[in-house]
Amino acid sequence: MNRFSIFTIARNAMSYHENWQKQWRSPEPKSSYDAIVVGGGGHGLATAYYLAKEHGMRNIAVVERGWLGGGNTARNTTIVRSNYLWDDSTHLYEKALQLWEGLSQELNYNTMFSQRGVMNVGHSLQDMRDIHRRVNANRLNGVDGVVLSPQQIKDMVPIMNTSASLRYPVMGASFQPRAGVARHDAIAWGFARAADALGVDILQNCEVVGIRRESGAVTGIETTRGSINSRKIGIVSAGHSTVLADMAGIRLPLESHPLQALVSEPLKPVLHTVVMSNAIHAYVSQSDKGDLVIGAGIDSYLGYGQRGSFPVIEHTLQAICELFPIFRRVRMNRQWGGIVDVAPDACPIISKTHIKGLYFNCGWGTGGFKATPGSGWVMAHTMAQDRPHALNAAFALDRFSTGHLIDEHGAAGVAH
Amino acid sequence: MLLITCPWCGPRAESEFSCGGEAHIARPLDTDTLSDEQWGDYLFMRKNPKGDHREQWLHASGCRRWFNAERNTVSYVFSKFYKPGENPDAPAAAGGGA
Repeated sequence: MNRFSIFTIARNAMSYHENWQKQWRSPEPKSSYDAIVVGGGGHGLATAYYLAKEHGMRNIAVVERGWLGGGNTARNTTIVRSNYLWDDSTHLYEKALQLWEGLSQELNYNTMFSQRGVMNVGHSLQDMRDIHRRVNANRLNGVDGVVLSPQQIKDMVPIMNTSASLRYPVMGASFQPRAGVARHDAIAWGFARAADALGVDILQNCEVVGIRRESGAVTGIETTRGSINSRKIGIVSAGHSTVLADMAGIRLPLESHPLQALVSEPLKPVLHTVVMSNAIHAYVSQSDKGDLVIGAGIDSYLGYGQRGSFPVIEHTLQAICELFPIFRRVRMNRQWGGIVDVAPDACPIISKTHIKGLYFNCGWGTGGFKATPGSGWVMAHTMAQDRPHALNAAFALDRFSTGHLIDEHGAAGVAH
Repeated sequence: MLLITCPWCGPRAESEFSCGGEAHIARPLDTDTLSDEQWGDYLFMRKNPKGDHREQWLHASGCRRWFNAERNTVSYVFSKFYKPGENPDAPAAAGGGA
């Protein structure tokens, strides 16, 4: 693999940038692999990368139905943060955030990770009590965070309407300075390139149509590009997790919903941090290109069509316009939906199953992007060692029968 | 915007309704003998099909009555609307497009 550096850019400039090496190979599927990761999004590619890098496995394949990072990796609002309430989630997301901080160097790929901070705004006394509680919990867990007053918010984001006359006035916010945004495609491409360099076969346009099992253990998968044997199979397929679980006869507590986001026309720099409001359901940041990146909510009903309903967008934009009157005349450029697999407690499932060698990494719901490197890191450990890492032990599938849920719904400052 | 046919009120806009999730999940009767796995299955496990799905809807901003519907989760096309207690598979009771 050619390393990216100022020198390789200069050298390739001599040949008009026409001789760059392909970033990853497109090999034919082998008949058997030591491990297969199903799903070529950020989480799946990260899993393959860490399997190779941390656990010394080399004979690995990533199978992807479409193209790399074409699902939710390309359909989110790119927010990265770790200010969750409960210890289990905080430790998991903080591991991810720490990996993000060194990722561009490690992958030799610019993930455009920008620690511009994330502000979670509160609009009621109860919001503020929750914010104080969450920030205190974060600090006890070694995660940075402060509580901002309305005046401090106004100083930081002058365009936000903090007047007391708002229907839902801004009463304060939590702020995590180390949080921020990253480039969605770059994380998939960076992990793909680095995994490929370690020998991982990335098989695109390869849809899994069956999961073979023998006496309680997996033996391989049937795909549209033929049959592939493996005794370790990790399913990392987000919104389609239950479709694959059905193939293996496993019930999951997941429901797939469309989650929408939209971007505006590019503007001059006007918003230098990420603003989220759980109560009125708005979150917005400004990309390096200048467009406002706005996240809406999920549709209340199940859906696999990668589009969402208009009332959800209307609801979100009402809140954005109320909070940022200056945005009222901004035109929206594009809108899209991604299919998110939501668990009852809004927390992921990174788990072994009752079938030996079959692992699931799913249920990230509306907030998986931020966890991409951490998700891959713990999933790789779970698959390679056949036991969960301490960081994901609590995120096992059996929590839905033991009752040990990690209830982040409403607790995490997440706009669900 | 989906057009949803309330079996009592007729076709109305999606924004008048709220979705109540998977239909026909019966609460187990022999609750004393259920294992934790069986309770977990009843409480949390869902079908989540990619295709036809039977689900509960509430006409929240209308008659405020519950009903069931069968909808395709990819095309979002409704194939049946039926009242609680009606059998969607009985030929006469299927009120598709009613």
